[in-house]
Amino acid sequence: MQDILFYILAALALGFGFLTVANPFSRNPVTSAMFLVLTMGALAGLFVLLHAFFIAAVQILVYAGAVMVLFLFVIMLLNLKDEERRKFNAFGIGAGFIAVGAIAALLVKTIWFSGIGENKTPSLEGSTVTLGRELFTKYLLPFELISVLLLVAMVGVILLSKKDLK
Amino acid sequence: MMHVGLEHYLVVSAALFCLGILGVVMRRNLLVMYMGLELMLNAANLTLVAFSRFNNHLNGQIMVFFIITVAAAEVAVGLALIVALYRKRQTAHVEDLTSMKL
Repeated sequence: MQDILFYILAALALGFGFLTVANPFSRNPVTSAMFLVLTMGALAGLFVLLHAFFIAAVQILVYAGAVMVLFLFVIMLLNLKDEERRKFNAFGIGAGFIAVGAIAALLVKTIWFSGIGENKTPSLEGSTVTLGRELFTKYLLPFELISVLLLVAMVGVILLSKKDLK
Repeated sequence: MMHVGLEHYLVVSAALFCLGILGVVMRRNLLVMYMGLELMLNAANLTLVAFSRFNNHLNGQIMVFFIITVAAAEVAVGLALIVALYRKRQTAHVEDLTSMKL
C-alpha cells in the first residue's frame, strides 16, 4: 500500500514539477505557480510517507500557503503577460537540455549503483514532540539566529519596497 | 514492483532537482526562474528527510525546518528585489536586464 502511494505521489510530484517549468500549453507565470503549489502538495505527501508529519504540515503551511501566495501576489502586482518568445535560441536550449540531462544521468547513476540504501530499513518516527524537544535544546542557538534572519529579511523587504530608494 | 527504499526517494529528488535546474536554465521570466529555485530547494528537502528516516537520525528533519525558514526569507527578499527592478525597468524578462553584461 505504502509503495503504491509512493509511486503515485512521486509521479505526481515529477509531473507537476515538469508542468511548472515547461508547460507545453501555457507560458503564463500564473499557471506555473499553480502547478508549483501542486508539486508542493505531492511533496508533502511524500514527507508523510517518510513519517515526517511536522515537516509535511510546515511544507503545506509555509510553502504551499505563504510562499506561493507571495509569488501569486507579485505576479498579479506586476501584471505579467505570457512570456513571449523572443528570438528562439535553439543552441541555448539544446545546450541547456544536454547539460541538465548529463547532471541527471550522473546523479541517478551515482545513487543507483552506490548501494547507499542497502541494509537500511526505515526506522525513524519523526514525531513533533521529539522534533520540538531537539529544536529547543540542542538547536536552540540556530533557532534564535533564524528568527534574527527573518527580522533582517523583513527590514530588507520594507527598505527595498520603499518608493524612493536612496 | 520493487520495495521502496532510500534509493527511490533519492532518485525522485534528483529528478526534481534537475527539473528545477531546467526551469532556471530554460525559462526567461525572472519569476518562473525563481520557481525553479524553489523546486531545487524542495528536492534537497526531500533528500534530507529521506536520509533522516533511513538513518534513524532526526538532524535531517531539523535541517529541513531551517531550510524552509531560510527559503521563506529568501523568497521575500528576492521578490522584493524583482518588484523594485520592475518599477525601474518595467520588465521581468532576463534578456532585457543585460546592463551589467560586458
